Amino acid sequence: MHIPDGYLGPATYGSMFGLVLPFWAAASRKVNRTLQAKQAPYLAIGAAFSFVIMLFNIPVIGGTTGHATGATLIAILIGPWAATISLSVALVIQALLFGDGGITAIGANCFNMAVAGCFTGYGVYRLLSARSDPSGRRRWIAAAAAAYISLNISAVLTATELGIQPLLEHTVDGQPLYAPYPLEVALPAMALEHLLLFGFVEAAVTALVVRYFQRNEPGMLA
Amino acid sequence: MSERSTTIKKLWISIGILVLLSPLGIILPALFGAGGAWGEWGIEEIEKLTGFVPEGMKRLAGIWKAPLPGYAVPGQGRGIATSGLGYLLTGIIGVALTAAAAYLLAKLLARRDRQQGKD
Repeated sequence: MHIPDGYLGPATYGSMFGLVLPFWAAASRKVNRTLQAKQAPYLAIGAAFSFVIMLFNIPVIGGTTGHATGATLIAILIGPWAATISLSVALVIQALLFGDGGITAIGANCFNMAVAGCFTGYGVYRLLSARSDPSGRRRWIAAAAAAYISLNISAVLTATELGIQPLLEHTVDGQPLYAPYPLEVALPAMALEHLLLFGFVEAAVTALVVRYFQRNEPGMLA
Repeated sequence: MSERSTTIKKLWISIGILVLLSPLGIILPALFGAGGAWGEWGIEEIEKLTGFVPEGMKRLAGIWKAPLPGYAVPGQGRGIATSGLGYLLTGIIGVALTAAAAYLLAKLLARRDRQQGKD
């Protein structure tokens, strides 16, 4: 889901930076107002977890690979604003050091996986777990469903940004300048693998860790 | 030891275990004959898939030279064991840097908070 350099034209990657910047600014302000210095380790743990979970590429036999992002889990545990910062830090390091995701696509990748991932995951979790017992079954089921939906939304956003490139950016004779596959190819390709496999992996990881916290550190879920 | 610092220690240990297991993320795809992620092909792969390299992509693709591209140590061999080891080493570097960067950023944001509180 890490869009490389050269896949998005300037209009798209510029817009995506424009979209993500206000979220980064708001997240900084929010975290600045609510975070105490002793909570800094949680932000670091969230970022480290997101980085490491994305190393686990899950194969589709004979096909592509994909991975979980941890967005929903981290948002549940430290809140969507702090989680957005955690994931963004991981994504920026991945792009700068490892070429995983392009530097021109940092805005897009951070919007898709960090902002959209954390806020949809957190929103769905809060909605489904409203007024539920913190140690009850509804909590981890809500977390699993939220994680599944959130990863799929990130995937669909990514596929949409890639899929509109042939429409937006092409030569006079219609040859695509950047990502070459149209929406009707990009959308089903990315949506299917996430709906059928990677989304369930994200859901399982999220539910397992939420269960762990329910049993051992219920304070983190309060 | 306080309950909070025990929690933090346990979480760091879990992340350490995940890092040690992370070579599975490159070994399993190799075993199952899976390629990269959809939409993350290199220039050569794009040419194989579509028969051409889009002009803009050609210009932009090499805009950034990452020091450890593809979670591999530059010049490492291509075998599965070597790739796994390179993946592990670069993973350790990545997790450490990510944690450090997020920690510093969080401290910075939290400190600004205290200064504002004094005004």
